[in-house]
Amino acid sequence: MTQYSPKSAQGDRPASPSFYKAARGIGSWLYTLDHKRIGIMYLVFVLAAFLLGGVFALLVRTELLTPGKTIVDANTYNRLFTLHGVVMVFLVIIPSIPASLGNLILPLQLGAKDVAFPRLNLASFYIYLIGACFALYSLVNGAVDTGWTFYTPYSNTTDTSVISMVLAAFILGFSSIFTGLNFIATTHSLRAPGMTFFRMPLFVWALYATSVIQILATPVLAITLLLLLAERVLKVGIFDPAMGGDAVLFQHFFWFYSHPAVYIMIVPGFGVVSELITTFSRKPIFGYRAIAMSSIGIAIIGFLVWGHHMFTAGQSEIAGMIFSFLTFLVAIPTAIKVLNWTATMYRGSIVLRTPMWYAIGFLYLFTVGGLTGMYLATAGTDVHLHDTYFVVAHFHFVMMGGTMFAFLGGLHYWWPKITGRMYNETLGSFACLVAFIGFNMTFLTQFVLGAQGMPRRYYNYLDQFQPLHAFSSVGSYVLGLGFLLSAVCLLGTLFKKSDAPDNPWEGTTLEWQTASPPPLENFHDQPAVNAGPYDR
Amino acid sequence: MAIMGREYHHAHHFPSARAEADAAKLGMWTFLATEVLMFSGLFMAYTAYRSTHAEMFKAAHQLLDWRLGGLNTLVLILSSLTMALGVRSAQQNKREQSAFYLVVTLLCAGAFLVVKYFEYTHKIHLGLLPGGYYTYNGPEFAGIDSPHIFFGIYFLLTGLHGFHVLFGMIAITWILLRTTRGDFSSKYYTPVELVGLYWHLVDLIWIYLFPLLYLVG
Ligand SMILES: [Cu+2]
Repeated sequence: MTQYSPKSAQGDRPASPSFYKAARGIGSWLYTLDHKRIGIMYLVFVLAAFLLGGVFALLVRTELLTPGKTIVDANTYNRLFTLHGVVMVFLVIIPSIPASLGNLILPLQLGAKDVAFPRLNLASFYIYLIGACFALYSLVNGAVDTGWTFYTPYSNTTDTSVISMVLAAFILGFSSIFTGLNFIATTHSLRAPGMTFFRMPLFVWALYATSVIQILATPVLAITLLLLLAERVLKVGIFDPAMGGDAVLFQHFFWFYSHPAVYIMIVPGFGVVSELITTFSRKPIFGYRAIAMSSIGIAIIGFLVWGHHMFTAGQSEIAGMIFSFLTFLVAIPTAIKVLNWTATMYRGSIVLRTPMWYAIGFLYLFTVGGLTGMYLATAGTDVHLHDTYFVVAHFHFVMMGGTMFAFLGGLHYWWPKITGRMYNETLGSFACLVAFIGFNMTFLTQFVLGAQGMPRRYYNYLDQFQPLHAFSSVGSYVLGLGFLLSAVCLLGTLFKKSDAPDNPWEGTTLEWQTASPPPLENFHDQPAVNAGPYDR
Repeated sequence: MAIMGREYHHAHHFPSARAEADAAKLGMWTFLATEVLMFSGLFMAYTAYRSTHAEMFKAAHQLLDWRLGGLNTLVLILSSLTMALGVRSAQQNKREQSAFYLVVTLLCAGAFLVVKYFEYTHKIHLGLLPGGYYTYNGPEFAGIDSPHIFFGIYFLLTGLHGFHVLFGMIAITWILLRTTRGDFSSKYYTPVELVGLYWHLVDLIWIYLFPLLYLVG
């Protein structure tokens, strides 16, 4: 390890108290400007929303156990899958890694005392809460049945509570913009002395690339949702074919944001996995620059591919070909990452701890998710697979098998740093295994269902699909059980004494060189850096 | 830019006041980028419909008064100038001059909104309204398809811009109060500079809106 930070032990000053003990009382949380406390508050709400979205998912899967009615009627079912989508996308996955783990870890990895704009950081947390309140309001006021994509013209005519849900997504977008803005300014202005851009940990690189996408894409979502509101309130008619408007224009607007948004969701996961694999292979990461730059490459190409959602919406053949080609290009930087991760593991002394199990799970799930994306990027096969369970499975492999596995891996990795407590390694790894098995039962099945022609979002289905649907539903219960076990594993530690060492995993980045949990200003003395982040 | 001194107490997590000011400016520029992208969505809607409904756009824009639009353009350009002068005076420690320029900027912004108010009431009176509320039935649109789309886009673009003007006025009032309170000096004037940047963007957007809406033909 060639980085150093002068340890408190070197001086004769007493060690500073952890940031939990630096202030007490509810006000010390509500008005806090400390990035760690804000990160923890985000974490609590993201996990609560994950539970809520998960319950919706289990209800959807339970309904699909049998054709026709199983537990709820068709209208309720439409609301359930919409709520599952909206909650998971806007309240869970988008803020999951950046706003919770990112807030907690980014300044630590940079060797900074805080993010550049602490007040803006707190504001973005409260904006997130306000957005969540609008979403809850919509939920108890008839909910939404449009799907999380809010496609027009249906979203203009349905009498469910679309306005409050769209407002929720609009407000949550601002929270995401402010977090991104904050991270960009932090990365530029608060790196420790000696930390050049190419000495930043890859998690920082990933968050930086994500922030750039957030800054560039989210405003377009904001205007799209404003237009949708204007359609409903002012009856502007630009998305309404009955009034001379164009419904596909909405799809262009929506996917111009929402395709980059899937990179807002997955790129932070890449960052986490880079950290996990290098730490638990006890080896510097292979192809540091290639991984860092491929995040930026994905961020750029990601803006040019939105048309692959409209292969069947009547866009011109030439546009379809161009979008198809550009979509294939994304596979290059993505494959660069996967290959570099496996190359890092090659001949490493791999230590199989819980975070590493999640990282390995990620590698497999994300690779399957990425490769099936190629089927969908091929305009010809997409005509067959469009709007089937194949798309559902692909999306969940990337978003859940990718982002959520990375998120959980990161959560287990940094849990000792955040809470100061070690969890039960056996239970943690076992929970990961259960979730992994459940995940594959749920979603591998859906590739088959989709290829056989089962359309997504349908309440009813042909009898011939029942065995696979039932298998998938049972898989979702196993998956739920896995997450429940990891919740028990992590939350159980809160009842025991603080026992985590400063650096339980032999990590090399700066966050491992301060106390677990860190003091209020993160480091006892300003750390300085004179080598790459993973040099051992 | 070598004006930053040690006397101003910058936030503890920045190594220096200079670093803090630079970070603030970077943050503001990033925010301005999001603003541009937000408007660019509406400009895309404009472009899409203008290319499919060229004749309609041509006919519809004649119902906008280019003289009022031109007047507002001049008012905003003037306000950009006074804003720039206000920032410069703050940099040079001329507090009263800075306050004066900020007041003029505010007056210009107010004048812009007053003119906009008259334009809007006129259109509401004629029924030149977005989509479902459109009732105008003049000879200009004989044989022309869906003019309500133009007015939908017109109201969205100018409305969103007007909202930004309003927000700018609040921000300018805030730095005006702080200026008179004596918060700023040649050592510390970041907020004035940031509001200035924001205000220039608001003006710049109008400079695109004006020809696109009023002078299409
Ligand atoms: Cu896409």
